[in-house]
Parts: sequence; C-alpha cells; structure tokens
Amino acid sequence: MGMNHDTLGPDSNTSVTPSAAPLQTRASRLRDFWNDFRQSPAAVISLIIIIALAIVSFGAPWVSPQDPYDMASLDWLDAFLRPGTVGSGGYTHWLGTDNAGRDMLSAIFYGLRTSFMIGLSACALALFAGICVGLTAAYFGGRIESLLMRVVDLQLSMPAILLALVLVAMLGQGVGQIILALVVAQYAYFARTTHGAATVERGKDYIEAARSTPLPARRVLLRHLLPNVLPPLIVVATVQVASAIALEATLSFLGVGLPLTEPSLGSLISNGFKYIHTDRTWLSIYPGVFLMITVVAINLVGDQVRHVLDPRNQR
Amino acid sequence: MFGYLIQRLAQAVVVVFAMSIIVFVGVYAIGNPIDVLIDPGATQEIRAKLIAQYGLDQPLWRQYLTFLGNVARGDMGTSMVYNIPVVDLVFSRLPATLELVFVSVLIAVGIGIPAGLYAGYRPDSYAAKAIMALSVLGFSVPTFWIGMLLIMTFAVNLGILPSGGRGDVGSVLGIHTSLATLDGWSHVIMPAINLSLFKMGLMIRLTRAGMVEAMRTDYVKFARAQGLTDRQIVFSHVLRNISIPIVTVFGLELGSTLAFAVVTESVFTWPGVGKLIIDSILQLDRPVMVTYLVLVVILFVLINLTVDLVYARLDPRVRLKGGA
Repeated sequence: MGMNHDTLGPDSNTSVTPSAAPLQTRASRLRDFWNDFRQSPAAVISLIIIIALAIVSFGAPWVSPQDPYDMASLDWLDAFLRPGTVGSGGYTHWLGTDNAGRDMLSAIFYGLRTSFMIGLSACALALFAGICVGLTAAYFGGRIESLLMRVVDLQLSMPAILLALVLVAMLGQGVGQIILALVVAQYAYFARTTHGAATVERGKDYIEAARSTPLPARRVLLRHLLPNVLPPLIVVATVQVASAIALEATLSFLGVGLPLTEPSLGSLISNGFKYIHTDRTWLSIYPGVFLMITVVAINLVGDQVRHVLDPRNQR
Repeated sequence: MFGYLIQRLAQAVVVVFAMSIIVFVGVYAIGNPIDVLIDPGATQEIRAKLIAQYGLDQPLWRQYLTFLGNVARGDMGTSMVYNIPVVDLVFSRLPATLELVFVSVLIAVGIGIPAGLYAGYRPDSYAAKAIMALSVLGFSVPTFWIGMLLIMTFAVNLGILPSGGRGDVGSVLGIHTSLATLDGWSHVIMPAINLSLFKMGLMIRLTRAGMVEAMRTDYVKFARAQGLTDRQIVFSHVLRNISIPIVTVFGLELGSTLAFAVVTESVFTWPGVGKLIIDSILQLDRPVMVTYLVLVVILFVLINLTVDLVYARLDPRVRLKGGA
C-alpha cells in the first residue's frame, strides 16, 4: 500500500487547516485524493464492485428479470428450481428460485436495494445526530459536555447489535423502525469522533478568533468548526454503512427485522436458513455471498480512505 | 481517590435505575402479551383474570414500583411462557452460555495472539498478509452467515459435527457442563469457533500492532546485541510489554462476546441465555426480557466502572479532571 508522494506538493491534498484551502481548488484536492486512493488495487476493485452493486440494486426494477414483490408474477410451479433452470417465465433462473417460485437473482437485487437504502439512510441520520451531539458537547463544554459524552461512552461500551436488537423489539418490525434503531445504536460513534476532533480544533487560534467576533455560535460551529472535523467522520461513515447493512441483515435473520414480504438480504438468508438441512443451499448461499461482498468491499474502501486521510501518512 | 470512587459508584447506581425505567417502559410498549398467551376464543372473564394475575391492569408507574419491590426481594417475576420464576430460568440457561463463551475465548486467544505475533514479526510475508485478510473477514462478515456456512460444511455436507443443540451434559467437580463429554465437545466446537472469529480478528490486530511497534524499540535492539535469539526476545520481552493493552481490550470485549452469543446461539440453537432472549422477544415474554436487559445493563455498567477506576488508579489526571 505504498503511497506515491512524489506527485504531492508541500501542501498536502487533504490538509484541513483553512490556510491551505485557498491555495488549492476543490477539484485539485479531489484529484490528489483519488491519486492517493488508487494506490491500493484492492480498494479500487472494491469501489468498482460497490458501484456495480449500487447500479443493479437501485436499478433493480429495470435490470432484474422479475419483480419479486409482484405476487401475480410468481408461479408455484417454479418453486425450488435449481440455479440455471429455465422456469415458466421462459428465462433462466441463474441463482434458482425460492419456495414461492421467486427468482433469487431478482430477489437479491431488490434485497440489496433495501439493504443499501437502510444502511445509507440510517448512517446519514446517525451522522447528523452524532455531529449535533458531538459539536454541542465540544463547543459548550462544562456540564453539558460531560453529561452528553457520558451517555455516549456508556452506549459505546455496549455492542451495537444488542442495542439495535432491544430497540427493534420495542419499536416493532418495519423499515422505519429498523432505521430508527440503527440510528440510535450508531450515532454514538459519530458523536465520539466529532467530539474528539472538535475538542482538538477548538483549542486552535482560528476558532478563538471566530469566537471573539460577534458571529453567532451556530455560524462558528457550522462554518468554521464543522468543515475541519469532517475527514475523520467520512472514515467512520463508510465503515458504519457496512456495519448498518450487516446489523440489519442480522436482525432480519434473527426474525426481528424485516419480513420476507419486504426482502432485504437478511430476510432472504433467514428464509434460506429454513432449508439448510436439504440440498437447497442456493437459497441461503447466494444472498449471503452478496451480503459478504458488499460489507467487505465497503470496509476495504473505508480502510483506504482512512489511510489516505490520516495526517500521519502525509508529509 | 475515595471521593472519585464514591462519585462513580453513585453515577453507576443512577445509570442502572434510569436504564431500568427505560427498559421497563420500552418493554411495556411492545405489543400485548395477553393476545399472544391465551387463545383468541377465551371468554372475557378469563382474559380479565389473566390480566389481573399479571398485574397488567395497573398503571405503568405502579407496575414499575411493584417490579422494583419484587426485585429487592430477589424476585424478577415469572416467565409468561415457561411459567417458572425468571431468575431460575436465566440461571438454568447461564451455564450453557458461559461454557460457549469460555471455549470461544480460548480459541480466540489461542489462535489470535500467536497469529498476531507472527503477523507483526514478519509483516511483509505472505502468511502475515493472509492472517490480516482473515482478520478483516472476521471483523466484517456477519457472524450468522459464517455460522451458517459452518453448519452447511461440517454438519450437512461432511456430516461430522452436529448442527445444533448442546449434546450430552456431564459433570465435573459438581459442575454440569457439556465440556465433560465428547459429545458435548462435538456440539460446542462449531458455535465456539463462530463466536470466536470477531474476537480473534481483534486479538490479531492488537497483537500485530503491538508487535510491530515493539520490534522497533531500543530494548529489542539491545536484546539482539546481547545475543538473544528472536524467540527469546519475543516471548520473554516483547510479549510481556504488549500484554497490557491486549488484556485491557480483552476484558472490555468479554461483555460484547456475551452479546454476540445471542446471534451464535440462535444459529446453532444453543440453549443459552442468548437464545432465551431472542425467544422471549419473539414470544413477548416481558419478565424475561426485562430481567435479561437489566442484567446486561448492570454487567456493562460494572465493566465501565472497573475500567474507569483502573484508569484513575493508573493516571492521576483522570481522577483530577473527573472529580472536580
């Protein structure tokens, strides 16, 4: 994972101090970021995989051979077809069909879409909530800070899966409930990171200077402090999307997440698990493979983003 | 130090109480257990009688107070599904979980630390890269999916290991455990491996990071100059120096292993507390849920408290800042 520093000027690409900002345009900083990022072939391949998966999942209604939600298109005679069999629809079921005659490939594309949607929206909301909590704590300090961060710390000491499990149990099944549970389980990671970075930044002169002007606190927080705590948050966000997708799959597998009528990868695997003692292994293997590839690819990209944004790797 | 201790203890008690209220209210919000418990054709009188029997006709705050009063007497209520005291139920399931956690921790440490040491000792070797890749998999691939693959491979295809359950339970020194029988071991090994993977990944990363750092230090150079072999250096000097963070994280992670046992136990139908909590969530067995959750809260508060106190003992700055 050696990085090519020759192309970088003395002012490093992702330098977060505002003084460096005017020297480089946003486009050139992005280009430098990409130059660093592509030093890892594994990360580039992972990124390509993620983009491909995103295209097939969000384009599921157009690219998948069947609409697995449409009960009218399902034929009981097509149930449990082996991968590669041609069904009554006249097309090949490359990954077989499930107990309701649902084309597995289509179900996986739609399921992937649900998983991505849940992972991304949960993560975006958790990011927002975490930034609010972390910045508030760092900016105001004192009792507010110690109270907020103690709650965050307590939550971080508990495994997210347990928290999410309990919350889903309380809130009930459904997409909205799962997203809410994931947000509550994950915002603490963002709050911790924001708070840590913001505490470092607030001691710096430019924040002192901004605070000494009559600018409202909100403006100092959002325009001066926030941009400078973003890089570590981006790293946490990538990893948390993967972990949100994995968490949702786990909850659905345990039977407290999404029902099969709203297929996510987890509920597909959970359905396939019922047939694990038969030779119908394609029902659980394929959705699991897609889940694994998605989660690992996102993690690898996250690792490389962390590596590139790490100030210790730039000089 | 004493003041700090008192302060943190008081905070811990407040947290446990606050969490017990949240848990109680939250669990109360889930469905109506009576609908699940009795058959829909039951008469109104039977319904009313059952509701009164479980105290569900009382206002929520009174139910909570009754609950607290009972807890003070060591009574956590009666399971609505099994119809036995929750305390007995949880404690009858606890040994299974503990032995699963125990074996998986053994595996995680027994494989994770040597693998991490090697990966840190020869960081550029292919074996080291393979080890690190495996640790990424252990971290990121969902536990239940790996568990399923294990069942498919070893139980369904090869047919050499049972796919679930606890097996024969033997007795060693008066303790009933499936680790006393060969059949028990054949049942515990797969779930234990499954549960250990996450922790193993963590152990590998921690040990490797410590090892890489330690190999650059002066004391290693001096030990080399002294003519010690690498083996002697690693095992008598480096290992001792890097063990502190490993032990710390290890202790912290014990709690999360118990939590992950929920998933593993469900996959392998292991009759421990993890399986119990999932079943009770699905069957709306409120007293069991409340008990489990309160126990978990207490466990994590205790872990946190211990960590804070140990750090305060080691680092006076924490004490001064927190106690101000």
